[in-house]
Amino acid sequence: MITALRNYLVFVSRCVRIAFVGDWRYYAWMGLLTVFCLLGINAYARQLVHGLVMTGMSDEVSWGVYIANFTFLVGVAAAAVMMVIPVYIYRNEELHDLVIFGELLAVAAILMCLAFVTVDLGRPDRFWHLIPGLGQFNFPASMLSWDVIVLNGYLLLNLHICGYLLYCRYQNKKPSKWFYIPFVFIAIVWAVSIHTVTAFLYVGLGGRPFWNTAIVGPRFLASAFAAGPALIILALQVIRRVTNYRITDQALLTLRSIVQVAMLINVFLLINEVFKEFYSGNLHVASSKYLFVGLHGYHALVPWIWTAIAFNLAGMFLLVLPLSRSLKWLNVTCVLCIVGIWIEKGMGLVVPGFVPTPLGEIVEYSPTLNETLICLGIWAFGLLCYTVFLRMAVPILQGTLSKANEPGA
Amino acid sequence: MHACVAENNLSRNPEIQYIRVLRLPHGSLDLEKAEHHYDAEKVPEKGYFYLPVQCQQCAKPPCVKVCPVHATWQEPDGITVIDYDWCIGCRYCEAACPYWARRFNFTKPHIPKDKINPDMAYLGNRPRRMGVMEKCHFCLQRTRAGRYPACVEVCPAGARKFGNVLDPNSEVAYILKNKRVFIQLKEELGTSPRFFYYFDV
Repeated sequence: MITALRNYLVFVSRCVRIAFVGDWRYYAWMGLLTVFCLLGINAYARQLVHGLVMTGMSDEVSWGVYIANFTFLVGVAAAAVMMVIPVYIYRNEELHDLVIFGELLAVAAILMCLAFVTVDLGRPDRFWHLIPGLGQFNFPASMLSWDVIVLNGYLLLNLHICGYLLYCRYQNKKPSKWFYIPFVFIAIVWAVSIHTVTAFLYVGLGGRPFWNTAIVGPRFLASAFAAGPALIILALQVIRRVTNYRITDQALLTLRSIVQVAMLINVFLLINEVFKEFYSGNLHVASSKYLFVGLHGYHALVPWIWTAIAFNLAGMFLLVLPLSRSLKWLNVTCVLCIVGIWIEKGMGLVVPGFVPTPLGEIVEYSPTLNETLICLGIWAFGLLCYTVFLRMAVPILQGTLSKANEPGA
Repeated sequence: MHACVAENNLSRNPEIQYIRVLRLPHGSLDLEKAEHHYDAEKVPEKGYFYLPVQCQQCAKPPCVKVCPVHATWQEPDGITVIDYDWCIGCRYCEAACPYWARRFNFTKPHIPKDKINPDMAYLGNRPRRMGVMEKCHFCLQRTRAGRYPACVEVCPAGARKFGNVLDPNSEVAYILKNKRVFIQLKEELGTSPRFFYYFDV
């Protein structure tokens, strides 16, 4: 028992140590991310002192770009299943050795989600009120309490799966199926649940007709399963370039097919939504009008949403064309999809839900510099985490970091 | 509106208000036609009527349901209250309220020393801190002592009535039984407001 614990601690300490070692590109990248993290922390310190008045939010638009990013990143985290399902259910060989990179991305995405929720709280010092048993948890009535459970549960599931598989590989041991396969299957269902619960957060509000529609959940999943794998396609190519880890073009093209189908469904659902809103022409169309064409002379979101639609459509057409089988075009397509979906789910979903207010007032929202710096800081923190995870995982998977070459072994 | 601010120790800078009086064109209850900012000096204007909106003290409050930490609840007398020391400031209740009745302290609330109302209640008008929600509670520090809410007391037109709906002899029970028209705002949402609008003509 003590030896086992000691062995594990040696493993952890070697992993930590390797995260601080790399070539000049690694140092440059990590240095850059650290700078952005520090800028973000500085901006957050200002927000802690002066309050959320430092953001562009108001009583009229009471959620902004923090919750927008949160929503997008829950989708990225959920999208890891788009690699897990082919590997564990359809026994896809190409993706088999890559699925762990998707799961690690999910871990990084969840960490960013938790950070985005925390910076959105007016009283982050009271976050412990949310801890079941310690605080007063309004479960099952509040969808936010569901979200706390599913997000933290998903984080633990993925940490367990990745950690266990990597530790086995480190010891050159065959992983015991009972110890991870059940968790993999739970994680598949759980991934769908995190994004569904996040959608229900909005859908459940009867006083906000823009969100109070059953299509939000399906749209969230479709857009997540497009943007998430698109992000993984880009990440895998970076890994392939900076390490000598073997990633085949075929694996990238498999992911392309996934993005392709998800994107088609996503655009289809968007058309459904737009039709329902505008054709019936009832009074509740105000938010959609504000978003797509502007309302009573206010149109701050119009350029955002049309950019998103242009990017999504361009992305969709490129995905359907054989052109995107070339990696150069595939990368362009992925960037278009990611940016398009980020806008659509962020500024295009969270903000118009608040405009006009339930009493018909129109107050516009745009993020402040301080708010933007906090967002950039959290994104940098997430990328920093993901880079560190990869820095540990790649040599373990390649066998260059293993028990066999422990110093003194 | 200003009596409410003074009574309930609302922040003067930035100014927070619980009551919003909408100006609506005659013949419509479409709140999207409401004007929020008009010249108070010119009131009353021909062709318009005025609709004050504040917490509707719903019997089925959506804001209470969504709070993740039980920081807001309905008291036995029907008033929805907030524990300002327990609220985490997630503003989910603010998104859930169909009446835009909740307010958030985006920064440190400021009340001049000589303007503080010392007659306070824990769940009522004690001064709030930065980062928490607040809302109208029908001046529970007054009503629980047998007085009218400040807004009812100061209304020069006598347009506001307050009382126990369950008491058949109360003035409000009489109004609900005998006046020709009364409405609950956004009744279709199923929130069952305990705030009724009636028209005396």
